[in-house]
Amino acid sequence: MPAEAVRMEGIVKRFPGVVANAGIDFSLHWGEVHGLLGENGAGKTVLMSILYGLYQPNQGRIFFRGKETKIRSPHVAIQLGIGMVHQHFMLVPRLTVLENMAVGWEPRIGPLLDRRAMRRRIESLISDYGLEVDPDARVEELSVGEQQRVEILKALYRGAEVLILDEPTAVLVEQEVEALFSTVRALKEQGKAVVFITHKLHEALEICDRITVLRRGKNVGTLPASEATEERLAEMMVGREVVFTVTPEPVSSQGQVLLSVEGLQARDDRGVPAVRGVSFEVYDHEILGIAGVQGNGQKELVEAIAGLRQPTGGRVRVGERELTGQSPSKLAAQGLVHIPEDRHLRGLILTFSVEENAVLGRHRQPRFAVGPWAQRRRAIRIYAQELVERFSVSVPSLSAPVRTLSGGNQQRLILARELSRDPQVIVAVQPTRGLDVGGMEFVWEQFLEARRNGAGILLVSMDLDEVMMLADRIAVMYQGEIVAVVRRGEATKRELGLLMLRGKGAVD
Amino acid sequence: MRWIRETGPVVGAITLALGVGAIVTALTGYSVPQVFRHLAVGAFGDWYRLAQTLTQATPIIFTSLSFLIAFRAGLFNIGAEGQLYMGAFFAAWAGFSFQLPPVLHPIVCLLFGAAAGAVWGFIPGWLRAKRGANEFVTTMMLSYVAINFTSWLVAPGGPFHGTAWANQTVRIATSAQFPRLLRGAQLSWGLIVGVLVAFLVWYLLFRTPRGYELRAVGQNPLAAEYGGINVTRNMILALTLAGALAGMGGAAETLGTHRRFIELFSPGYGWDGIAGGLIARAHPLGAILAAVMMGALRAGGQAVDRAGVAPADLAAVIQGLVILFVVAPELIRYFRRLVRRKKLGDIEL
Repeated sequence: MPAEAVRMEGIVKRFPGVVANAGIDFSLHWGEVHGLLGENGAGKTVLMSILYGLYQPNQGRIFFRGKETKIRSPHVAIQLGIGMVHQHFMLVPRLTVLENMAVGWEPRIGPLLDRRAMRRRIESLISDYGLEVDPDARVEELSVGEQQRVEILKALYRGAEVLILDEPTAVLVEQEVEALFSTVRALKEQGKAVVFITHKLHEALEICDRITVLRRGKNVGTLPASEATEERLAEMMVGREVVFTVTPEPVSSQGQVLLSVEGLQARDDRGVPAVRGVSFEVYDHEILGIAGVQGNGQKELVEAIAGLRQPTGGRVRVGERELTGQSPSKLAAQGLVHIPEDRHLRGLILTFSVEENAVLGRHRQPRFAVGPWAQRRRAIRIYAQELVERFSVSVPSLSAPVRTLSGGNQQRLILARELSRDPQVIVAVQPTRGLDVGGMEFVWEQFLEARRNGAGILLVSMDLDEVMMLADRIAVMYQGEIVAVVRRGEATKRELGLLMLRGKGAVD
Repeated sequence: MRWIRETGPVVGAITLALGVGAIVTALTGYSVPQVFRHLAVGAFGDWYRLAQTLTQATPIIFTSLSFLIAFRAGLFNIGAEGQLYMGAFFAAWAGFSFQLPPVLHPIVCLLFGAAAGAVWGFIPGWLRAKRGANEFVTTMMLSYVAINFTSWLVAPGGPFHGTAWANQTVRIATSAQFPRLLRGAQLSWGLIVGVLVAFLVWYLLFRTPRGYELRAVGQNPLAAEYGGINVTRNMILALTLAGALAGMGGAAETLGTHRRFIELFSPGYGWDGIAGGLIARAHPLGAILAAVMMGALRAGGQAVDRAGVAPADLAAVIQGLVILFVVAPELIRYFRRLVRRKKLGDIEL
């Protein structure tokens, strides 16, 4: 029996209206990688946030190295040797890697920072764990994968023996995932304990020694990875058998161009050119996937198409009509809808009710309003009810603020709202981000349904698996340009990954 | 039920503030029962005093609405005081310049006041939307411009210096005056107009597509833009409406209370509107109650002073405490939300 690093017993954590953890037992051994699997809202992040001292449990006990321990704050956790790498990094962009490490934990000579000692220690960590990163680079210049390495380095530098990684692969491309995995293996060989939170089954199977599945705040079971299969894990996660891939049936395009983008250019928020002459067409009955590492101009491209960012050059046509730089309402009137990347930032008004959000963008239509001075409240309510039923959005009530909905239901509401406009063109960005298996399946089915009905879909996603599964053609975006367009099945995941990482120079 | 949940904390905060006010009163050596009795009697003691309270509440209803309509759109209108002055003067001007039948005349004056205030709200709105100038600063600065401008208009040598003994205009025509509601008191139809306007603002915000857009811009400008809502136009509209509401408040003062424009007539009604709007938690109907409370504190404070029980300053302290207790949690919540939005929108359950 290997030595136990952490044991959590009967952890209960309640938030207003939600029980996030309903009595969870969890144990972690030294020298193991322990996968924590579950749908969104299953309580994975909350459980680990409790271990890291971010939340205090309402009930339950935590044993660290066999001794009962109260972890009152992250500071206590760090001193015990527990480190956590969050989904969203907590780094200071303007500082260098070295300086970021120093924040809060400076080795000193008198009042001065002992940079030499820090550098030595960090360089040895880099070589021990294969965490390749330049200690003197500014964090803002680093890729997402490199920033993640900095976070891991930071935790190790602070003496982490237990390392919690919260969905670390969500932001990485194939090659970076491989590098991360070899780091994790090195950590394990050093006898450290790693918690690997994910909802990607194949990753859990590949890297973990044991896997714990959470569902609705409860531990459904812990099993050795060697005894687990994807099907079994998926079933444990959602409590039913799921088909978690969908297959687009072959439909033939009529060759009609629904969306055409010609030499489009746009700048990012700082005024730097981010989209540098992008051209493509989306046909009827087609899903065009745009793959790329985050930050290669996809955001600006989509915003420029969807009327949320003024293009600095080029043209956008929807059907026959030129609609470059037109407002979202004009575009919607011509049949182009947009499923935005960030539900909270763009897609919904969290404090508004389900009803109010259901008509966002259509609130002025004669169906829902009599001129600008009166709403048809009955019509709005009936319509919202209809959407909620048709797309099985589970809501406490139609007048509840959408803030009270789970992430999956929020996304369903957005899809319901946009897809029920019978769009010709759907521009969707990361439509399944943060959704559980059931939610993803739902979104995919909806897209395939729209495709079957003749819509053209532009699917921008950082999840290469998703793009490869759904898209008829895949365009790879790199540094603001489309560097390659391949048909479904024409390129392997590895080839696409290389194109995403290095652009055109990759294939030689 | 929802109403209790919303108003409960406010009532609690007021009670708490009065309690702390009592402690302060005792510590400074004044008689707690005497001060509070005079405060209560001075504000609500008889019909005349109640009328006095409501008279002071009237302009505060308008300025509270002014503050909250901008606040709902995510903007701070700190300049209601100046918009009030613009409204008061131009209502007076329409009152003594035109000859119109009784019912029509005050309506025209009210509209003139609203228009003058609207212009004074439109300017910062336009500057904010087109040039990014912080409306917090511009509304406040323009406030001083308005106060001084109207003072000059009625100063000796100014174009509308109406009487020899004070810096004020001539009286407005009788046809333009709001009828009084109680013999011997200044309380006028202005109060009823204020209440009606509060209901109108409520209807606008919660029952019309326009209000929907204003609130959407205030709650999440990015989502509003995504929903095809013109964010800059709504910002301009919100501040223009805010100005119009404060301007109507000034007009009501002119038509109902003073029957002319008097320089520096406002004891800070515009500023009270900021507190009033926040105490009301930016709800138009709550603004009526908040304004009555502020009016009561003003009227009661004057009574305490007149009775010689304690200086008016003490009443001002109690007033300040009430505002602080009711508003502080709201403001803290607001700023916390701002910070949280930046930092941790993302700890998922």
